[in-house]
Amino acid sequence: MSAAPLVSLRAVAKRYATGTLAVRGVDLDIDAGDFVALLGPSGCGKSTLLRMVAGLAAPTGGSILWPGGAAAAKDIGFVFQEPTLMPWATALANVALPLELAGMGRAEAAERAAAMLARVELKGFEAAYPRALSGGMRMRVSIARALVTRPRLLMMDEPFAALDEITRFRLNNDLLRLWEAERFTVLFVTHSVFESVYLARRIVVMAARPGRIEADLPIDAAYPRGEDFRTSAAYAAHCRGVSQALGHAMAVHAG
Amino acid sequence: MSGQAKEAPPRRPPFGLSGEAWLRILAPTIIGLLVLGGWEWVVRVHDIPPYVLPGPVLIAETLVRDWTPLSASLLVTLKITALALLVAASLGLLLAVLFAQSRVVELSLFPYAVILQVTPIVAIAPLIIIWVNDITLSLLICAWIVAFFPILSNTTVGLNSTDHNLLDLFRLYRASRWQVLWRLRLPSAMPYFLSGLRISGGLALIGAIVAEFVAGTGGSASGLAYRILEAGYQLQIPRMFAALVLVSVTGIAIFLALSLVSHLLLRRWHESAMGHGERR
Repeated sequence: MSAAPLVSLRAVAKRYATGTLAVRGVDLDIDAGDFVALLGPSGCGKSTLLRMVAGLAAPTGGSILWPGGAAAAKDIGFVFQEPTLMPWATALANVALPLELAGMGRAEAAERAAAMLARVELKGFEAAYPRALSGGMRMRVSIARALVTRPRLLMMDEPFAALDEITRFRLNNDLLRLWEAERFTVLFVTHSVFESVYLARRIVVMAARPGRIEADLPIDAAYPRGEDFRTSAAYAAHCRGVSQALGHAMAVHAG
Repeated sequence: MSGQAKEAPPRRPPFGLSGEAWLRILAPTIIGLLVLGGWEWVVRVHDIPPYVLPGPVLIAETLVRDWTPLSASLLVTLKITALALLVAASLGLLLAVLFAQSRVVELSLFPYAVILQVTPIVAIAPLIIIWVNDITLSLLICAWIVAFFPILSNTTVGLNSTDHNLLDLFRLYRASRWQVLWRLRLPSAMPYFLSGLRISGGLALIGAIVAEFVAGTGGSASGLAYRILEAGYQLQIPRMFAALVLVSVTGIAIFLALSLVSHLLLRRWHESAMGHGERR
């Protein structure tokens, strides 16, 4: 890989106002088009790291560099742990929000939002209010909203943690399908070994207190990955390896 | 395990109301009728004179007979109530928005709003009536003082309890202050504002009546409270009761009307306005 990374973290640290050191000395390059999972136990600062990359929190040490310029830093989509939809707005209006905030006209924003809803398989639910949708459908709306601006970097903070397994598997597959079609960059925070191995091309394992990177593992299985990958020997082997790295990260902390 | 269990066709509920809904209407109605009947019975059996306690039938007759002066008074009181509520709602909303925009403004003004709220209106109404020459305006001010606070405090809470993730989302897309207010904070605060409005509706009526009572002794008003006072002086107790009934009915009507408005505005998205059947 010769091209400059999309975003570079250099010795990034975050100390909360309370004095707690949440993240320490994180060096990380994320290449354009990659699918990177941030894996770690709760409290390891992975969400904090994500928020810093998104510009929602400022690092107290180190720097976050965007070789593509300031425009690249704004070219992002974010999916929260909860769907975080506006309950008073329809699915369509929720998805159209980022476009309208950026000053796009109502009609054009609605048209693009409708197209995006169709791509997350929610055609026909444009006029539905979040309340009337299932948990999985709400998360789809949330993903559609994050992707409607066609961002270069999609950040996801344990987006499927609250969903049941069947729904989670379906959304995993849908996310991979969207990613393969568009090749945006994904930075995906999770605490599930199985989910990270299934989705990611690269897994960054973090340890807690203070949050830091413990291991950086490539998952070289080919895409498209489907349900047969979930049951393959290669998948099991990768899971074992990642589990060991995670176990090691947690043992270091305990000792 | 044979044959299909004969399924009884679902019986159409009378007037489209379920058993539960019928109970909700019938039970209080029956209690009300029983109390009224008992009241009438006591009055007749003990031959209680109407200037001590009129029976419900006499009150109803008086209400019909004296409808012209009573309805004119009702209109006066209603006008003051509605105007006070309108001013309270718009000023309360405006001030709450100002509070949400600036912590300094909130910290410096909120204590005074509380003082306005906790000072008994009966005590300050005479002062206001002395200071303000126009009687309608002074009544309006009294009603407004009582109605103002619930809207202000509820809306302030609503504006401050916006979902943090949604605020982050708006920040992420670099929304302007105005966009955050208009597209996020105000819709979030809507249910709080409306519940404040429902409380204030009744309070505005009470404020108007109290002020009329105070002003009425000066003899320059013509609202419902004035009718009550006047009837009291003339020992026309049935008329006094008729005016009292009108006040209660008006309060109930205001509450129901504002509840309906709230329901219509929130039914598609807010928990409080969802029917039981729609709850997930």
